[in-house]
Amino acid sequence: MPNPTKVIIDCSTGEVHEVELTAEEIQQREDDRIAYEAAKAEEATNAALKAEQKAGLLARLGITAEEAELLLS
Amino acid sequence: MATTFELIASYTVGAGGQSSFDFTTIPSTFTDLCIKLSTRAATGGANDIKIMFNSDSSTSNYTEMQLQGAGSGTPSSGMGEQQTGTSTGSGDTASTFASSDVYITNYAGSTQKAYSADTVTENNGTTAYATLRSGKWSGTAAVTSINLSMNGAVNFAQYSTAYLYGVKNA
Repeated sequence: MPNPTKVIIDCSTGEVHEVELTAEEIQQREDDRIAYEAAKAEEATNAALKAEQKAGLLARLGITAEEAELLLS
Repeated sequence: MATTFELIASYTVGAGGQSSFDFTTIPSTFTDLCIKLSTRAATGGANDIKIMFNSDSSTSNYTEMQLQGAGSGTPSSGMGEQQTGTSTGSGDTASTFASSDVYITNYAGSTQKAYSADTVTENNGTTAYATLRSGKWSGTAAVTSINLSMNGAVNFAQYSTAYLYGVKNA
């Protein structure tokens, strides 16, 4: 499988070069991918936790989400 | 106020996709720069586009804040680094692309560089994004190169385009 490529556009000449990523650039991409997926997973976990806390609070108050929204409007 | 827009360079992604757009040797003869993007992610869902100036990959040199609506629910806001546009994802309606405008003011000056970006993604479904962002790169050198890539090592899909314009205010 060929390496991913990037496009380099030289604005002074208009020349366009499509070049394969170097091993270092591929490693950096992989590091970025892992960090990005970890951040997305953390974001999803936090959102789920927040939704759970919100549902618990509404249950304790005995009101619906719509009623809570009305209170805050 | 912009009086002229001059196309500096453009590129359309071919078969197989591209990992990034690198505009290099950007002339310093304009007042501002504007990049118009039409993009789709080759894999995964809608994805944000990162900007890098002068090959400076240090995220601590970038700040960015955003306001994003997804078509339903309360719009979200947040802060990050380097994000500019948002790209339609491969799971969105086939052959649809997101439109992003990125505007970089006083790019050739000796102060820190500010940019703004506005984006809409296209999707015949329940979720499509409208995003406003403002960002700053703390570098004080003139911007001579700009790299655009997608989060998570995702490629730009075929037919994605990037147009770089120089803007003169006089």
